[in-house]
Amino acid sequence: MPAVSKGDGMRGLAVFISDIRNCKSKEAEIKRINKELANIRSKFKGDKALDGYSKKKYVCKLLFIFLLGHDIDFGHMEAVNLLSSNKYTEKQIGYLFISVLVNSNSELIRLINNAIKNDLASRNPTFMCLALHCIANVGSREMGEAFAADIPRILVAGDSMDSVKQSAALCLLRLYKASPDLVPMGEWTARVVHLLNDQHMGVVTAAVSLITCLCKKNPDDFKTCISLAVSRLSRIVSSASTDLQDYTYYFVPAPWLSVKLLRLLQCYPPPEDAAVKGRLVECLETVLNKAQEPPKSKKVQHSNAKNAILFETISLIIHYDSEPNLLVRACNQLGQFLQHRETNLRYLALESMCTLASSEFSHEAVKTHIDTVINALKTERDVSVRQRAADLLYAMCDRSNAKQIVSEMLRYLETADYAIREEIVLKVAILAEKYAVDYSWYVDTILNLIRIAGDYVSEEVWYRVLQIVTNRDDVQGYAAKTVFEALQAPACHENMVKVGGYILGEFGNLIAGDPRSSPPVQFSLLHSKFHLCSVATRALLLSTYIKFINLFPETKATIQGVLRAGSQLRNADVELQQRAVEYLTLSSVASTDVLATVLEEMPPFPERESSILAKLKRKKGPGAGSALDDGRRDPSSHDINGGVEPTPSTVSTPSPSADLLGLRAAPPPAAPPAPLGAGNLLVDVFSDGPAAQPSLGPTPEEAFLSELEPPAPESPMALLADPAPAADPGPEDIGPPIPEADELLNKFVCRNNGVLFENQLLQIGVKSEFRQNLGRMYLFYGNKTSVQFQNFSPTVVHPGDLQTQLAVQTKRVASQVDGGAQVQQVLNIECLRDFLTPPLLSVRFRYGGAPQSLTLKLPVTINKFFQPTEMAAQDFFQRWKQLSLPQQEAQKIFKANHPMDAEVTKAKLLGFGSALLDNVDPNPENFVGAGIIQTKALQVGCLLRLEPNAQAQMYRLTLRTSKEPVSRHLCELLAQQF
Amino acid sequence: MQFMLLFSRQGKLRLQKWYVPLSDKEKKKITRELVQTVLARKPKMCSFLEWRDLKIVYKRYASLYFCCAIEDQDNELITLEIIHRYVELLDKYFGSVCELDIIFNFEKAYFILDEFLLGGEVQETSKKNVLKAIEQADLLQEKTEAMYHSKSFIGSKKAY
Repeated sequence: MPAVSKGDGMRGLAVFISDIRNCKSKEAEIKRINKELANIRSKFKGDKALDGYSKKKYVCKLLFIFLLGHDIDFGHMEAVNLLSSNKYTEKQIGYLFISVLVNSNSELIRLINNAIKNDLASRNPTFMCLALHCIANVGSREMGEAFAADIPRILVAGDSMDSVKQSAALCLLRLYKASPDLVPMGEWTARVVHLLNDQHMGVVTAAVSLITCLCKKNPDDFKTCISLAVSRLSRIVSSASTDLQDYTYYFVPAPWLSVKLLRLLQCYPPPEDAAVKGRLVECLETVLNKAQEPPKSKKVQHSNAKNAILFETISLIIHYDSEPNLLVRACNQLGQFLQHRETNLRYLALESMCTLASSEFSHEAVKTHIDTVINALKTERDVSVRQRAADLLYAMCDRSNAKQIVSEMLRYLETADYAIREEIVLKVAILAEKYAVDYSWYVDTILNLIRIAGDYVSEEVWYRVLQIVTNRDDVQGYAAKTVFEALQAPACHENMVKVGGYILGEFGNLIAGDPRSSPPVQFSLLHSKFHLCSVATRALLLSTYIKFINLFPETKATIQGVLRAGSQLRNADVELQQRAVEYLTLSSVASTDVLATVLEEMPPFPERESSILAKLKRKKGPGAGSALDDGRRDPSSHDINGGVEPTPSTVSTPSPSADLLGLRAAPPPAAPPAPLGAGNLLVDVFSDGPAAQPSLGPTPEEAFLSELEPPAPESPMALLADPAPAADPGPEDIGPPIPEADELLNKFVCRNNGVLFENQLLQIGVKSEFRQNLGRMYLFYGNKTSVQFQNFSPTVVHPGDLQTQLAVQTKRVASQVDGGAQVQQVLNIECLRDFLTPPLLSVRFRYGGAPQSLTLKLPVTINKFFQPTEMAAQDFFQRWKQLSLPQQEAQKIFKANHPMDAEVTKAKLLGFGSALLDNVDPNPENFVGAGIIQTKALQVGCLLRLEPNAQAQMYRLTLRTSKEPVSRHLCELLAQQF
Repeated sequence: MQFMLLFSRQGKLRLQKWYVPLSDKEKKKITRELVQTVLARKPKMCSFLEWRDLKIVYKRYASLYFCCAIEDQDNELITLEIIHRYVELLDKYFGSVCELDIIFNFEKAYFILDEFLLGGEVQETSKKNVLKAIEQADLLQEKTEAMYHSKSFIGSKKAY
């Protein structure tokens, strides 16, 4: 039986609860409940009208059953009936049932709202409060629609009882949080602010919560609350411990209200009014002073209440971040708590110090506690406290203490709880990168991470170390040596094999001179791990092996043996099989030069924000990383991977919100060339895309390779591809030129400037000049929309043999093109030898999230390298006769596509590049030209003759050059122009 | 505050109060998860823990755990004292409150909580004022009660 039953004695309920408690098994309990439900159902359905008491009792039983975790699907109507009872207890139980078991049954909501409306209008404060509690408990949109307009009136009405005002304030807060649009702002808002002055502390306590929420949404409209809050706070803080009677809690005056007022003030910057600010600073100082006074009670409630105010005060001081004196005092106070015997206080002090660490005024003060914090990391028995200590170490880390902190965190990692290992790994990786002065330390640290907690080292972390090693040539040798040593451990983590495999494949040559790490030793060391590894790692190792063949020809036979083994060539995994087949073929058919080109060292990676940091942010949720990554603590810090040398003397004032690692998101001044070269060749060689044939020459072997399936997504490049959208798409998937590409190209055969392409999004303009065998071209990409293009990447591709005929150097352009903006790209062109097809220009970008791609023909044709030659008629005919072999001549007879105007024709021929020779042809209607095509390897003399026939509207064009294909090509190009 | 849960050492839920709209399914899931987490903690551990994007503040009184979920910016220590003040209110009302009082008079536990906290915020911190409101209700009740039952439990235990 109940120990006590106060108020009403619903004996039936008490008996039922006892029965349930006495049930020996879950089944018995369910049986008893079902019996009761059947009983209640029959009572509710019975003919006999139930009296209020019985209804209340049964509704209460249903509620109890629901709270035990069972579903209740009836009784709502009886509960609603109770709402309109004029007996308080019945009404109360009705409201409780509704509050706990809200049902969106619209019919019922209407009835409930009706009952609430009546009670709100009853002017009986007890009933009004019940109704307000119900609205606040349910807080649904339907209730908002029905009452959001009435409640402000009740709140500020002069004749409302205090208890009603309190309930109204918090009821309105709940509705405002749920559906702010339903709460009308208006005249009442000004009066709400003045509730801060109310005599009744309970009213103020309730009202502050509402005001705080309103301030957050409309700070300007509620500014007047600042001075009111300050004066209220000041009165409380300076009152004696007994002044506030029942609002004093264990000798602490109004702790809840104080905390709420301090929270309210955190919605605003420091008060502008000097007097208000002075008064507030005085308050804050008083709180800090009181913390030093001996406690007035030994009870934990006293210290908790007092410290709750203290921590909230410190939060406000940190929020203002403008009073160095207060910040340092706050830090000292927290420092005392770091060694307090109360675990709760240690936890909170660590947490609070984390935010202090990001203030420039207190960062140094926080750092003085490093030993205590390290000790906490080692000795705290509660994992959540250790976690806070690790967070604080991360936050207080800068160049001066990075080595100490990183080594302590590494040590902690060995025994850290599984739940937080990955986070610690990320933090160590970030700190090591951010504060590395020498890169060997960075490499050591990451390898240690893999050694200690390999399972928790995510891809981001080991990708990153490879990126950094690839980009910093001063650490490559050390990295190779260190991974080599690490791999010698009898058992090493697979991540170590990955990192080791990659680094040795790239830089193993740097340690090959040492007989202890000679190429065969390196290979057998790696290969000893091969069979224990997963498919992905084995795939990576195969790439390492082919790289070894290039680096160390002496390993070729051994490696080919490995590749040839049935376990590779017939591996069940298609990726492994493909790599083995392709690498084996590549190693046997390609010449040393080709191998060296294909397997060249990876080019530097483009700089971007550390993906590790992004991962940590994801892990910690939005905003969590902000204090930690705050740039202002260490203005001189440089980043290891920024491609920028350390500049400790630089005095800069980064904005407080600047993200240190994010700084490198900006395009670096001297960007490394896009990985268009060697790195991608490896991909190109195996792709069967039409445009991406590398310059290996069309050998039969290559055709064999092309017949293989296209590479699986995990190509050697993909191993390091950032999970974020890659900035540099490889050219392997360049589409065919657009249908109009030839037509567009033709427009530029006789001219050098103009608009090459235009659609709704993009305009591409061209300006170019050519001299001898050299040319320079400016491409102007105009964004015609108002939306930024992202990942904008124009690249020039040389299909077929073109690479050996024409060299085009491109400068990278910014990967973003703002709406309405234009970016310019400069191309330096060198004609190496005569060529027939123009290079392709592939433009890719994202517009509104959708990838766009476009392939055009770059307007570079062989005639651009014409040097006009003036000569006399006699010389002309002499040369003409010299070029009399049939294959040296190309002739075309064609219909005129444009009006036959002699001046226009003349201009076109001059634009084509040859000199126009007068008085050569006996027929003055005919045009004769001569010139030399300049290439690096050879010169091609050209003579041409164009004979218009105005009557037939036809032309006959004859070209004679010393090279057969050139004659035909020039003839075709020029014939299109008339 | 987003919600408050009271549960026993055996993991039986004794009171639940939700200040944010959640489905019944979600509520059950959260309850199960938190009860497990909190019960697994050792006595001397700290009263706060991070859970999802919330902070959990809990304290054990005899056989009963009081557990509150607050938001990132909320004050942990003052929440601890919210729990304590609620316990004091229950204690004063029932007189040396024990778990059984809350089981058998769960509706009262809810009424007292509503007077103290509303919409997840502290409404009235004065013990006197909260209990006055409940007392008034009991007085109203007594009048109606007498009509049905000659014998009542009222007065069976001294209060105030």
